[in-house]
Amino acid sequence: MKPAGRARSGPPSPAPGSAGRRGDPAAWWPPLALAVALNVAAWPTGLWPQLWWALLTLDFVLLVVSAQRLEPRLPLARRAAFRRSLAVGFPILLLAAWETIVRAGILNPQWFPPPTSIALALWELTVEYDRFNRTSLLGRPWLIPSVWSASGWEGVRALLAESHVLATLGRVFGGFALGAAPGVLIGVVMGLNRTVRTMLDATMSAVYVLPKIAIFPILMLVFPDPFGEGPKVAVVAISAFFLVAINAMAGVQGIDPVLLQAGRAFGAGRRQMLVHVILPGALPIIFSGLRLALGTSLIVIVAVEFIRAQVGVGFVIFYHWQVLLTDRMYAGLVVTMALGVGLTALLQSFERWAMPWRRE
Amino acid sequence: MARGVEKRFETMHGPVDAVTGFDLDVGAGEVVCIVGPSGCGKSTFLRILAGLDDATGGRIEVRRDDPGKPENAVVFQEYAIFPWKTVHDNVAFGLRMRGVPRQERDAVADHWIARVGLTRFARAYPSQLSGGMKQRVAIARALAYDSELLLMDEPLGALDAQTRLTLQEELLRLWDETGKTVVYVTHGLEEAVLLADRVVVMTAHPGTVKTILDVDLPRPRSIETTATAAFAALTGRLWEALRDEVARAEETLA
Repeated sequence: MKPAGRARSGPPSPAPGSAGRRGDPAAWWPPLALAVALNVAAWPTGLWPQLWWALLTLDFVLLVVSAQRLEPRLPLARRAAFRRSLAVGFPILLLAAWETIVRAGILNPQWFPPPTSIALALWELTVEYDRFNRTSLLGRPWLIPSVWSASGWEGVRALLAESHVLATLGRVFGGFALGAAPGVLIGVVMGLNRTVRTMLDATMSAVYVLPKIAIFPILMLVFPDPFGEGPKVAVVAISAFFLVAINAMAGVQGIDPVLLQAGRAFGAGRRQMLVHVILPGALPIIFSGLRLALGTSLIVIVAVEFIRAQVGVGFVIFYHWQVLLTDRMYAGLVVTMALGVGLTALLQSFERWAMPWRRE
Repeated sequence: MARGVEKRFETMHGPVDAVTGFDLDVGAGEVVCIVGPSGCGKSTFLRILAGLDDATGGRIEVRRDDPGKPENAVVFQEYAIFPWKTVHDNVAFGLRMRGVPRQERDAVADHWIARVGLTRFARAYPSQLSGGMKQRVAIARALAYDSELLLMDEPLGALDAQTRLTLQEELLRLWDETGKTVVYVTHGLEEAVLLADRVVVMTAHPGTVKTILDVDLPRPRSIETTATAAFAALTGRLWEALRDEVARAEETLA
């Protein structure tokens, strides 16, 4: 056998991933066939209920091997499409496996409701009005025209106030804005001024490591209405503030000193330095702070809504745990995930707009 | 223009003299190169000249024909162009800081971008440019600033050999056309002889002027100039002046 990777003759390597595996690549279908055969054979022998996790792991490995062998055999033009179909197809396969295992009675549907019933619960949550809690998921936007003609703006406001999603979004946006704006300000000042930095650094680092949810009780004491929106927005704001401030400080300190010199050498004054050199130079790190802060905001608000809320996606999850409607509890998780994805995408498009020089 | 300039750094181990008793006169339209062993303080002197560092002694005077003009413009070895500004905005930066109206600074910037051959890239960001192109942007930025004095701190040091040659020729052409007064710090002896009217040789530790070599090669020069016997003779004399200092600098560092 030729030593792998040494052969100079022969066709060029088809893909960087397959370097060192020259010559005839192994056939792609046997691992797949083996996986199918294994699963089918395990069914009548009753291996599934005990060893379903091991079988699924084995399936996964065989699937990976098969896909990896198949890819270099495809024409170059179709490889991107192949990879996309893997990225989309595998999660669907995962959901299908979940569905099958639960439907077959291997996993308890009370704890792990199958994806289809979660989807159904999500649909019910969306269209239904919860009379007991006087809430709905989205605020029943399809009622807006009739309510508007009946009772005007007040009616629409009441309708939107019953929405879990809007309540959570409002708290996240409000708290995030209230925390991030002063966070950037303090962080930039700390980055620029060594005296301020020296004085604040220890305090900031100490409070930074404190889980902000732990100060929620204090905030409930401080605000006149402990169950109102005040403490909830404030705890999000405080969480966002420290993350943004520490990153803004790092961003300012991380600017290449030669760029600061260039700014000064070409006559920039203090204000011009800030606008043209320091802020744009710190912006990439400021944005990574904002991204962290946004993720943390969502975590904190869901936790707070577990404890004290009549409305919000955290409330949806916790309430349906209490009444043991687990498919609706999972639906709440799906909504939370969607919020996270949506908020991150929003911030990313803002980032691309704000930093045109970082686009591809 | 420079009289007895010195720079003393206060360090944990006591004061260190980087530059002492540095005297230098540069005439209008003259190109002066400063060479010296590594760590001899030539960049320190240039930074003092640029006003980026304060001298601890001595004084520097720049005679200004036009009080509206800024004193100096700097080209850094690390390009130091702003990644968040387009080529055009980088070149127009100094003018904008000076409050030059938009139309005028756009015209000036476009002119200099064309002169360094980057018109096609005027709207590009620096991340899309090669090292040589980035340094062209930095040079255009310095020339657009229209200062009395052009200061260059090893501007071609980070570039590969071929790019360096083309940029040397480009600098010669630009200087011939503009008649700029230039102070140019470099490692390269041949580069110094090719570019300069006079070459200042610095001593190491502390840095001061050892000797000044007149380069009487005729202008306009080009890369062909490096093939002449006069060029070789001058480079040889420069190396003779510098050799002892380099050896001394290495002893101190070792």
